[in-house]
Amino acid sequence: MIAAYLEIRDGKIKKSSLETLAEARRRAADLGDTAAAVLAGASVAGLAGTAAAAGAAKVYVLEDPALADYSSQAYAVALAVFAAETKPAALFFPATAMGKDLAPRVAARLGVALAADCTRIEVRDGALEYTRPIYAGKALLTVRLKSSPQLASLRPNVFPAGPPAPGTGEIVKMAAAVPDGAVKGKVAEILKEESAELDVTEADVVVSGGRGLKGPEAFALLRDLAAIFPRAAVGASRSAVDSGWIGHQHQVGQTGKTVSPQLYLAVGISGAIQHLAGMSSSKVIVAVNKDPEAPIFKVADYGILGDLFEVVPKLKEELQKALKD
Amino acid sequence: MNICVFIKRVPDTESRIRIQQNAVAEDGLNFVISPYDEYAVEEALRIKEARGGTVRVVSVGRDEAAAVLRKALAMGADEALLVKDEAPETYDGLRTARIIARAVERRLPGADLLLFGKQAVGTDNSQVPAMTAELLGLPQATVVTKLAIEDGTATALREIEGGTEKVVLTLPAVVSAQKGLNEPRYETLKGIMAAKKKPVPAVTLEELGFGPGEPAAAVEVTGLDVPAARQAGKVLQGDPAETARELARLLRDEAKVI
Repeated sequence: MIAAYLEIRDGKIKKSSLETLAEARRRAADLGDTAAAVLAGASVAGLAGTAAAAGAAKVYVLEDPALADYSSQAYAVALAVFAAETKPAALFFPATAMGKDLAPRVAARLGVALAADCTRIEVRDGALEYTRPIYAGKALLTVRLKSSPQLASLRPNVFPAGPPAPGTGEIVKMAAAVPDGAVKGKVAEILKEESAELDVTEADVVVSGGRGLKGPEAFALLRDLAAIFPRAAVGASRSAVDSGWIGHQHQVGQTGKTVSPQLYLAVGISGAIQHLAGMSSSKVIVAVNKDPEAPIFKVADYGILGDLFEVVPKLKEELQKALKD
Repeated sequence: MNICVFIKRVPDTESRIRIQQNAVAEDGLNFVISPYDEYAVEEALRIKEARGGTVRVVSVGRDEAAAVLRKALAMGADEALLVKDEAPETYDGLRTARIIARAVERRLPGADLLLFGKQAVGTDNSQVPAMTAELLGLPQATVVTKLAIEDGTATALREIEGGTEKVVLTLPAVVSAQKGLNEPRYETLKGIMAAKKKPVPAVTLEELGFGPGEPAAAVEVTGLDVPAARQAGKVLQGDPAETARELARLLRDEAKVI
């Protein structure tokens, strides 16, 4: 069995978790094995149907009052209980903020290795092989895990979500057994950004700005452009962030986030090596820059050589038209 | 407050990475303290300045790692410890966490706060802080952009998608630093001179009680490659409205991404 941990936010299973489950299904099929889903929380059984419809042959529901608020300690106890009782061959997590916080904790509890932030998983000679970018994507590392169960976290937006499953998965309730007093830290509150922007790692389209924007004001142009797409986010180069023009959570690159959207629009970004590392796995890259020598043009599938202040508003108009057609 | 900060020596972010025999070629690379670890050192110094206490910096690695410990001493850390590990990069975070947890138990008594960078630039594993926390039975807050310490508790803000989580921890605890937590100071000449005089004691894995070959890595590297370079594509120039129209057409009809 390959199990996928499904992260719940705002009472829903996140898209990246459904991608994780879909990959568990595909790799389990390669191995002639089955895929399962794992849900954890105080009261999450209501989501089991969604997990089953997404193709889990079994849906494990771990419920305990101690899991009401996210705590890596409590959730690690619950998932370790699950792993000890069901002995999965592998347990996949989404490499989200929660998954990256939780998966290593579970791995340490089980005494096993973790392949973090994977972008490809394959079966070769009957064994799972995990490929993950290192140096923010300047190199790709492929590993096998010699401990069991094999733990991996999967980068959001990279693995396709699967087709709906016709069958109905069996729902198995398990006691999470979090001992009293075991939890010394937990989430007290979640503060949403006012605009509730999509994170750059989760967006299908990322519109990023750099030094060429000349100041914080021009990010409004990029936000306008991003707003025409259904799942878009605004990114930035390190120099724009370090100049204080936009928050660091928008930074794409080696000391920021690594993104793999369908479409990456680099506006006024010259393309320093640290930035290119963070976005080169995007499906299609578009650059808007007035410097023909800018390194960004060496990696861009399409470029517009011109003044971004003139080009971006026109681009918004034209893309809007193209989207409507 | 008794604070330990765990730091790693890594190639700087401007490095071009070359691969030789399934390993990253080190010749010609410029090594620095991992940037996120620098935020952790800075935060430790600020907490110490506000509340008193000591800051100990620890690195696991070969003798060369002493250079990043000296840098942290020059920034103002009180003591350093090098945990000598001759193994080449294993990419196994649990192995590193086991070494750190053992070092904490045997050589770093009384730590109230264990600070890390959110990930080492390079291996990009983002797993040693949480693993160390679990091995030591401590609570954790990872990817932290704000940290407040009050009698026996730490309140941390950590980045999540589209927002921030406030995490409350009972000390002792593990915290990993994200960019934005603070602005690291530059070391002063006085600090550099003082750091030169401070000892950098070393402890071997054997002295920490590990047997030969322990702790073993459970990660087997089967491939390490540089990704295929992207090719430069079409560059349009001319009237902004016309180039924008043509780009929209290409994205829809040729690239099929919109």
